[in-house]
Amino acid sequence: MSLVVRDLRVVFNTRSGPVWAVDGVDLEVAPGSVLGLVGESGSGKSVTLRAIARLLHGHAKVSGAVSWQGEDVLAMPPDRLRRLRGAEIGIVFQEPMAALNPVLSIGQQIDESLVAHTVLDTKSRRARALELLDLVGISAGATRLGQYPHEFSGGMRQRAMIAIALASAPKLLLADEPTTALDVTIQDQILRLLLRLKDELGMALVLVTHDLGVVAQTCERVSVMYAGRVCETGKVSEVFAHPRHAYTQALLRAMPGEQIGAKLVPIPGQAPRLDAPSPGCAFQPRCTAREPICATQRPSFTELATRRFACHAGARL
Amino acid sequence: MSALLSAEAVEKRFAVPRNLPDMLLRRPHRAVHALSGVSVAVHAGETLGIVGESGCGKSTLARALVRLHRPDAGMVRFEGDDIASLTGPALLRFNRAVQMVFQDPFASLNPRMTVGATLAEALRVHHIVAEADIQARVLALLDQVQLPASAAARHPHEFSGGQRQRIGIARALAVEPRVIIADEPVSALDVSVQAQIVNLFMELQERLGLALVFITHDLRLVRHMTHRVAVMYLGRVVETGPTQTLFAAPRHPYTRALISAVPSLTPGQPKAEAVRGELPSPLNPPSGCAFHPRCPIAEPRCAVEAPNLDATGLACWLG
Amino acid sequence: MRAWLPLGTGLLILTAFLVMAVIPESIAPYDPLGFDFAALLAEPSAEHIFGTDQFGRDILSRTIAASRIDLQIALFAMLGPLLIGSVIGLLVGWFGGWADALFGRLADIVVTFPFLVLVIAIVAVLGPGLINMYIAVSCVGWVVYARLMRGEVRIQAQADYVAAARVLGYSTARILLRHVLPNAVRPVLVYAVTDMALAILTGSSLGYLGLGAQPPTAEWGVLIADGRNFFTTAPWISLAPGVAIVLAGLGFSLTGDGLQALLDVKR
Repeated sequence: MSLVVRDLRVVFNTRSGPVWAVDGVDLEVAPGSVLGLVGESGSGKSVTLRAIARLLHGHAKVSGAVSWQGEDVLAMPPDRLRRLRGAEIGIVFQEPMAALNPVLSIGQQIDESLVAHTVLDTKSRRARALELLDLVGISAGATRLGQYPHEFSGGMRQRAMIAIALASAPKLLLADEPTTALDVTIQDQILRLLLRLKDELGMALVLVTHDLGVVAQTCERVSVMYAGRVCETGKVSEVFAHPRHAYTQALLRAMPGEQIGAKLVPIPGQAPRLDAPSPGCAFQPRCTAREPICATQRPSFTELATRRFACHAGARL
Repeated sequence: MSALLSAEAVEKRFAVPRNLPDMLLRRPHRAVHALSGVSVAVHAGETLGIVGESGCGKSTLARALVRLHRPDAGMVRFEGDDIASLTGPALLRFNRAVQMVFQDPFASLNPRMTVGATLAEALRVHHIVAEADIQARVLALLDQVQLPASAAARHPHEFSGGQRQRIGIARALAVEPRVIIADEPVSALDVSVQAQIVNLFMELQERLGLALVFITHDLRLVRHMTHRVAVMYLGRVVETGPTQTLFAAPRHPYTRALISAVPSLTPGQPKAEAVRGELPSPLNPPSGCAFHPRCPIAEPRCAVEAPNLDATGLACWLG
Repeated sequence: MRAWLPLGTGLLILTAFLVMAVIPESIAPYDPLGFDFAALLAEPSAEHIFGTDQFGRDILSRTIAASRIDLQIALFAMLGPLLIGSVIGLLVGWFGGWADALFGRLADIVVTFPFLVLVIAIVAVLGPGLINMYIAVSCVGWVVYARLMRGEVRIQAQADYVAAARVLGYSTARILLRHVLPNAVRPVLVYAVTDMALAILTGSSLGYLGLGAQPPTAEWGVLIADGRNFFTTAPWISLAPGVAIVLAGLGFSLTGDGLQALLDVKR
């Protein structure tokens, strides 16, 4: 396993008290595989990703174990961390306009990454930059290198951001909702690009998203998150066909899917409060399959072949 | 049955403000062509879906339908009357009959007014009920959108996104409209909450016989809840028709691309790439048919002249 | 926490001045108008904390008695510009067009002149006196308020809840007064509090020059002027009123800062 996360916890100390954004998350990513991290807002999926890449600021307390190819990421010294985060682990964010520096040309930003993580000379760096633009499907590379982010369309910017992230051929790409801000035809292109790159470069991919369709078509394995906890993890085809957590099942039923005109089954209640983690299952107040034990005892993980789920009712769903 | 609310060849341009270099170099005035001759119609009791991606003009169309924008050409008709010509009591009647629900639940309610005050104001201005009955009607409205009576005394910031959308719907319902234009009403909400609001819309439409214009970029939603749909691309309607027919057999290449691009909820359904190329900018639209640079079956004619929507609801030279 | 310290301190200071303004007789150790021929130009001492002037009047008591006028000035010199500027800002912010362009140019011109110079020039034309000073300050000061209000109104005008009000067919008056104004007014009010500090400075500057409050009205600026001839021999005559101006200004300033921090947090 390239990336192993065990019992990750992130607590934010806010003015109104502590907020448990991530409350004990376990993940594994095998080399060259695609893991989807799916959940709604407040599920903790983005925070998990940032915690793995150590991108959270001082007021977040991160605990647990994150190991990359055997090395402890959370305890890494700043030097090693810097080299990790560009050379071995690449990150792509949701809003390319916010993640790209508006006053530097795309060429300069790719070059920055190459300077930091490779030992190529100027000519080789430029050649590599053109290679990267070609790799991500941006045509007329030579002109594009001199252009600024605002001259690119949304889809192009996302491709540019992927190019920067891939500059030094990382082994793992962390993508935080990379297509959420894009139109659906562009999303289709970008997702295909990510999968193609994964194959060509032998890269592992962790894809954070709220869109179950994206998960279904892009990921091999998926972890469903709710209120900072993982509900279930398993092969995408199996999880979708037979969810083993009440939340996963409820989420699938709430989506307008192939059944036309049938009433959507909404999930009653509201989003969970992260400032008061429940002693039992976090989903219990909204769960239609709940049992008395769900309110008092936090479900532990049950392993069923390639599936792991934490739901008291999971076995009978 | 004739249409309740319709747009007829509506055009809308927004001038791009000129800066000093533009003026000094005498560059031509530029404008964003948000709508380039759009015609849609909705009838009582039906849901019309309007779908499209960024720059297609669906939000501009929504605002033109409620008279927030004045068309530069063409007109919007309500019950046969050109709404641009309405004034005084006739205008107020139109405002009462055609209402809107907005996209951003955090910006569409006055933060300084309580929910009850917001609803009461709508009731008062349109004299829906006598003053003495206003409180009771406010509670009835809240009940209709499944909010508790205690909501009336609270302010918007005390509610979640989904609840605020319900309040917005209640406000629209307060004046007893016949048409509701919903501009991406669930796009800002989580999936689990979307379902609640979508069900509410469908329920209300059935019960009150409303005409509903539902604007969204989410094709799954359109397929689920609309009777007819209009697909927009860069300021034009490219295809329109009954929803199930359109999804089963899309005729316009863009409609096909759009439907194909939506990731299926059934894992492992490999498809070819939906469409190549970038979405054009409304500032610089392609000549002729706006889709031709990306169209897999484009012919030379497509780059020269833009096809109009024909009687079968298709705007394509190769129909 | 960050808001409470300045807010609390500021309000404390202001309350003290308010008490002084309302019941000066209870606070002041002596009758402000009382002559004490036994202690003319007396240095500050235990009996007279800030000394006495050439007529034997206790400086501290005079200063306390003058707070009434200065607080009034703080209020009225702020109120004129606030009301005029807010109305104009509201209208040009909403309607835009040529009125907005005209306002923009006018504002640019007014702002080019140093505030005090322009006020003095207008008072010179109208004649000295408090009322004329209020008029002059209103003529110049409205611009800042109008700009603030205009900016906020333009932001609120884009909001969906305003669009909703228009779709509901509400009249422009209703939209402006019930929807836009309540949401646009906060920064303007916060600025108004800080502006009161500037108002005191303006009032006392003009009072010092003999263009504002006229003797025998006791006003801090006038009191400072009274000590003008004695700067080297009895500097304490001007000291207490000067300290009062600084403290009152500080009070308003801190309160304004605290309010800003408080309201920013809420937003």
